[in-house]
This record gives sequence, structure tokens and C-alpha cells, in this order.
Amino acid sequence: MLVLTLLTFSLSFFFPGEQIINVTGQIDATPEQIALIALDYNKHESLIMQYWSYLVHLFNGDLGVSMASRIPIMDEMMSHLPATIELTTVALIIAMVVGIPIGFIAAIRHRKKTDDIILAVSMIGYSIPIFWLALLAILIFSIQLAWLPSAGQISLVYEIEQVTGILFFDILFSDNPYKWQAFQNASVHILLPACVVALAPATVFVRLARTSMLTVLDSHYIKAAMAKGLTFQQLIFRHAIKNAMVNVIRDVGLQFANLVTLAMVTEVIFNWPGIGNWLIQSIYQRDYTAIQGGLLALSSFIFIVHIFTDFIYASLNPLARGIKYGS
Amino acid sequence: MTVTSASQYFRILVTLSAMFLWGCDSYKADSLSERSLIYCSEGSPEILNPQLVTSGVTVDATSKQLYNQLIAFDVATNEVTPSIAKSWHVTQDNKKITFYLRRNVAFHHTQYFMPTRHLNADDVLFSFNRILDPSQVFHDVSGGKYPFFDSVGFADVIESLEKINEYTIRFNLKRADSSFLANLATDFSVILSREYAELLIRSNRLEDIDTLPIGTGPYKFKEYRTGSYIRYEPHTEYWEGQPKLQQLIFDITPSNTGRLTKLLAGECDVIGYPIAHKKINNNPLLTLEDVTAFNIGYLGFNTAKPPFNNKLIRRAVAHAINKQAILDTVYFGDAKAESANSILPPSSWAYAEDTHDIEYSVEQAELLLTQAGITDGLTIDLWAMPVQRAYNPDAVTMAKLIQADLQKIGITVNIISYNWQEFLRRLALGEHQSVLLGWSADHPDPDNFFTPLLSCGSAETGNNRTFWCNQQFEKLLQGALKITDVEQRKALYREAQKIAAEELPLFPIAHSKRFQARKISVKGDILHPFGGISFGGVEKQ
Repeated sequence: MLVLTLLTFSLSFFFPGEQIINVTGQIDATPEQIALIALDYNKHESLIMQYWSYLVHLFNGDLGVSMASRIPIMDEMMSHLPATIELTTVALIIAMVVGIPIGFIAAIRHRKKTDDIILAVSMIGYSIPIFWLALLAILIFSIQLAWLPSAGQISLVYEIEQVTGILFFDILFSDNPYKWQAFQNASVHILLPACVVALAPATVFVRLARTSMLTVLDSHYIKAAMAKGLTFQQLIFRHAIKNAMVNVIRDVGLQFANLVTLAMVTEVIFNWPGIGNWLIQSIYQRDYTAIQGGLLALSSFIFIVHIFTDFIYASLNPLARGIKYGS
Repeated sequence: MTVTSASQYFRILVTLSAMFLWGCDSYKADSLSERSLIYCSEGSPEILNPQLVTSGVTVDATSKQLYNQLIAFDVATNEVTPSIAKSWHVTQDNKKITFYLRRNVAFHHTQYFMPTRHLNADDVLFSFNRILDPSQVFHDVSGGKYPFFDSVGFADVIESLEKINEYTIRFNLKRADSSFLANLATDFSVILSREYAELLIRSNRLEDIDTLPIGTGPYKFKEYRTGSYIRYEPHTEYWEGQPKLQQLIFDITPSNTGRLTKLLAGECDVIGYPIAHKKINNNPLLTLEDVTAFNIGYLGFNTAKPPFNNKLIRRAVAHAINKQAILDTVYFGDAKAESANSILPPSSWAYAEDTHDIEYSVEQAELLLTQAGITDGLTIDLWAMPVQRAYNPDAVTMAKLIQADLQKIGITVNIISYNWQEFLRRLALGEHQSVLLGWSADHPDPDNFFTPLLSCGSAETGNNRTFWCNQQFEKLLQGALKITDVEQRKALYREAQKIAAEELPLFPIAHSKRFQARKISVKGDILHPFGGISFGGVEKQ
């Protein structure tokens, strides 16, 4: 994290324009105001002190104001990040719900036709560029079939006040008389982008689940259980799946970083009001303050998710805890 | 066994998703979206008061949705009809116009303003005084520029405004001007609420008058997010009857393909300025509409300088130009524009049906050139405007086509272009020999074409880029302004068009069209040949 702040801090020097303005985004400030801000950021002292006061501002949640909209970066991110969380979470669920069982099936049908087909399809799915897939999905499902909408989070028809920022919660908590219509509308809107984002991680899950299941099936306790005369169904559902899942969960965190990157591209194509879309707009508008802030926020977000999944993994797998205690 | 369990799992998954999708389908019957209309517009209005702008985006979003004018243009005939003023009276000398206002015109009732009274003469007085009276509190608010009213010389025409009684108001003019009524009927002459203005003065929020608008139009303002959307609610007490929609939303989608995609995916009910007309026409659920807009793209000749001070050479050039090829290339066929043979579009009431098109004939052109004494060729400068306009989407390509056409009769064309500001400045100085330019009318009164484009007055100011000043033509224009009888004016304008066609100071090329695409379930007129769009009478089925 510290390395990251160092990077964003040095970026403010590399971007064109005054460093202090790049950090704070105060492009309309008078020279007197700039002087005050400079004082606030210890501009007159050494670089290390400047970096330190930058960190202090960061910890106070002060990321400056956006050069384009004049809204504090923190507020901008708070209004855009939930949409991204929503999209990636739904995509992650879709990827897991679809990918993991298919991987298990492939493992169970190891070296058979089903296995080959699943592997081949997942390889194709993994290699499709996401922007191309997104455009193709819009072309087929929105333009040709007109089944699913192509842009936005919800139809503008429904007015949902932003409270948590997670649209589905906001809809459920709102007192809008049309909230079920709104809920359905939001579901239809998220389906296409979420499926597009989910495809590549789903194929990864297929392969992870397959390898993990193969290892488990090859292990001694399964052989023992089999020898005890358990049916194949009992074997899989009682013993194999849980143990195979543990290994998959460990990689969910890794996949999340991938997912966020995919979501950023998808957000732009589907005009999803998330942080990726906002960040790319900021790049177009040369909004340096927003670029630094967005970079920091996204990386912290992925970082937090990593820690979080490590905890889940530890709680699911006693072995992981054991190793920690042992070492 | 595992296969069965797996297939069970999938069965559940499929059933769940089917239920989910079915659920989505079920809301289509009688839902909020059935009673709301989403219009995908091409840009964000800079302000929500059309008095202050000339931009089409603002006019589309505000003029006919939020506001009313004293009088309006009839959709079919383009003649002036009652609106907030139920009738009006013009004195014999055309210098006093008295408006009698409706008594049941309610202002919008919103969260930020609750009107206590209906519209009366004070509101009309307030709205026009904002433009005319520099000492009025609101005159300088939001920039204090009134470009449309400046361009028609509004302040120079009006002597005074008089309130006769609560529901009667009189405009006293300095001189007769029969286009004055048309100016009052444009999208820019909206009526604001004086009561609201007083509230804003008390709470010291003067700017709100243009950003949190209060008007009398069929829809009231609810929310605007720049670059995203504008949300309107129906004005339940609207004097012409409550609009049938429950919600009107402008979804701001600047990208052409974005609007098309949204239309095809069913996210927009109506889109402005569609592309891919064939695709829309092929879809049975969609329909494409067009109106010929009140504009003209033309080739103007500088009649103050050789060689185009010679009528024969002007006519020769006109004969040599293949207009159809220009329409096909620059305007993408008849689809995007109508071939012009007069400076007035055919939908104007003053259009002379007997105006003949100048036929494309190289022989005729060569004959005229010989008559003019040009035997060994000629070199001319042709100025092509550097910007895109509806009436001329690509002047440089047009200039190249003309260059090739004129080559055939021995005229060499140099194409010249500057940046737009420089271009206009040099044009006004008369440095050009010929120019590709155009004009969009502010209101459908024919005078709005003739006076700015071809009158002696505008030749002096440099607005008339042909510098053509014909006394007989001028007399007809002046005469037509002094009378109000439509038939008499029509006769005068027909005569004027005949002179213009004969003298040919400019060669009319095209009147471009304005397009709009909508779902067939949307009923009612939205697009008008003139001015902004209107959702007042629109409903969904």
C-alpha cells in the first residue's frame, strides 16, 4: 500500500502542470489560495515531508477535488464504487455458480469426452477478448433480439435514491411504489454485463475446480471411503466437494483482481456508472487528481478483498490455520 | 448417478433463471415504463431557459416542454395561432398589437415553488422586460445575453409595453414589422412567472430562475443531471389538458451509435438525429420520420466583384452544376435533404410553386458563357465553409464536386477555406468571389430568409454575402413587411422570388431534413418543421 501511495505521489510530479494542483485538483484557485494549500501540504519542506503530509491527507480521506466536476474525489468514488462492487459481485457469483460445478463434472468424467469438450470450451472462453465479447453480446441480445438492455444500471423511468449505492439494496429499501418493477428492471440490466465479466473467471474456475477435484479424488481418504462401500454420490457430495471447494476459494481472491480489470472495460462498453467508467472518463478529460485517487481506491479495494478471501479460506480450511500456527 | 445430480442442479438453475426472466416479462403489462417516455437526445442543454440561447439542444429540452409563448405556430400551416394569448388585435398602421390572455393558465406547482395565482399580464410584462430593460434585476442574470432577440433587433422595434388590465397587454412598436408576431411565436419568447421571480429575489437565488425553471408548459421540471438525464413530470393543471404521460425523460446520449443501440434495444422510445436509416426502416417496431427544416444551403456569388457581377456567368455556373450528384454525395441522397429551387423551403406558405429549377445542362452553360464573352476559360475562387451544418454537412466535398463540374465548361476553381471565425470575417469584407454557405431560419416568416440573405441593408452590414442590392426586390420586401394580409404578402414574395431566380445572386442547393426515429407505440406529433420538438400531445399505446 505504501509503495502505491509513493507511486501516486510521484505521479503528481510527472503529470503536466503544477504538482500541488495535480494533487488537490484546485484548478480555479487564486494564487493566495494556492499558497495556503501549498502550506497545508508542506510544499516548502523536503520531499519526504511533502510525502508525509500527502499521506496525512490521504488518511483523512482527502483526495482533493476532481478537476472536471469540482466534486471531492472521495465523494465521486463513493458514488461510483458501489456500482462496480455490485457488478463484480454478481459476476463473481455467476462465475462460481456456473464454473465450479462444470469443473467438478469435468473432473468426475476425467479423460472422457465430456471432460475434453468442457476443457476446449473453457479454453475458448478464456481467450475471447472481453471488449469484443461485450460488443458481440450487445449486438446479439440487445440489437438483434432486443431481449436485454445495452446500457446503464436501470431504466431512467425508475427513480431510486442513492443510499447505499448498491442499487439492489437501494431499491429494496426505497418506498417507491414500483420497486418490484424497478428490481426486475435492474436485474435485466445487470444480466448482460455481469455475464460478460463472468465468462473469463468462470473458465478459470472450471479449470481450478477440475484440478482440485482430481487431486481430492486421487487422495487416500477418498480411496478409503470408497473401500468402505460408500456410493459414488455419497462420496462426491459428502467428502469430495467440500474438500475440493477449499482449494478453489483460495483463488477467488486472485480472480477478483482480474474481475475488476475486466469490469472496467465492460463498464465503459455498457455505460455502467462504476468506477472503471469514471476512471476512463477521467483519463479522457485529463483529470489527474481523479486518476491518482481512482488508482489508489481500486488497488485498496482489491487489496481488501484479498485479505478478506484469505480469512474465508482460513476459516474453511483448518489446515491453513494449522500451518500458520506452526510457522 | 453424478450425471443425474448434475443435471438436477442444472434443471434448478434453468428453472430459476426462467422464472427470473419470466418475471421480467410480466411487468411489461401496465407498468411505469408503459406510461413513461424516454427521449434519447443528442446533448446537454447549457441552461433551462431558451430566452438566453439559440442552441437547438436547449430549445428542444425546454421551449415546448416547460414553457408556452403568447402565440404559437400552427403545425400544418406554419401560421400564427393562439397560445397563452387567446386572441390579439393589430391596429391599421401595424404599430400597436394587443394581446388578450387566457384566464386559466396555471404555473407549475413544484417542490421549490407553489404558485398562488394564475398567469396574468404581469408575468408577460416581466418576461419581456427581462430582455428589454437593462435595469431589471434579472436582465444580467445568467450572462445577460439574449442572442435571438439581439439578432432580430427586438429592442429597436419595441417602443413600449403596456399593461391594459390584468389580462390584456399591448406592444407599441416604433415601426410596422409584420415579422414581429412571428418573433413572439418562436421558441425563444417564453413566458416566465413573476411571482416565482419575486420569491427568488426574496431568497436571493436569482440564478435559479434559469436552472430550476417554472413555466406554464405541459411538463414541469423535476431533475437535471448534466450529461445524464432530464426528468419531467406532467403539469396536471395544464391549460390545454393534462399530458397523457406519467413521466418524460430526456436520456442524454451524445454518441450516434449509442442512441441507435438504445433504440434497437428498446431503452429509448424516441431518438433524435438517428443514423442507419435503413436499419430503422427495416424494423417493424420502429418508424423513421423526417421534416424539411427551415434552412437553405446555397452557392453565393459575390455580385460586387467580377466575374460574378455578370448575371450571365452566374447563370452559366448554375447550369453547369450537377445538383443531383451533390445531393447524392453530400446529403446521402434525397433521404437527407430536399433539392432547393428557391431560397424558401416548399413548406413555407410564401413558397412560389411556379419557381423553376435551373436544369443541369453543360451546353446551356457553355452558351451563356459565350454570350458573356468568356471564350478562353476563367479562374474563380470558391470558398467552402469549414464547419458542419445541417444545411451543409460537408462544404469541402461539395466544393470539389463543383470544381469538377465547372472544369467541364472551362472554369478553373480554387477551393479556399479558413477557420470559421476568420472565414466569416473575410466574407463580411467581401474578399470572396463565390461561397458555399447556408442559413437556418429562426422562425417561419419568409422575411427571415429574404432580409438577412438578400436585402440591401444586410449587404451593407456584410451579412448579405452576395452584396446584391436590387431596388425592385428591396421594395417588395419592404412592402411585404408593412402589411399583414397573408395573401397580399404571398403575392409580393412570389414576385421577389421570381426576381431572385432570374438574377440569381445565389444558387439554392438544398433544404436539409431533420430526422427522428421512434417506436410505433409512441403516438402524437413530436417533430415540427420548425423549432424545437414537443411532447405535449404524445402518448404511448
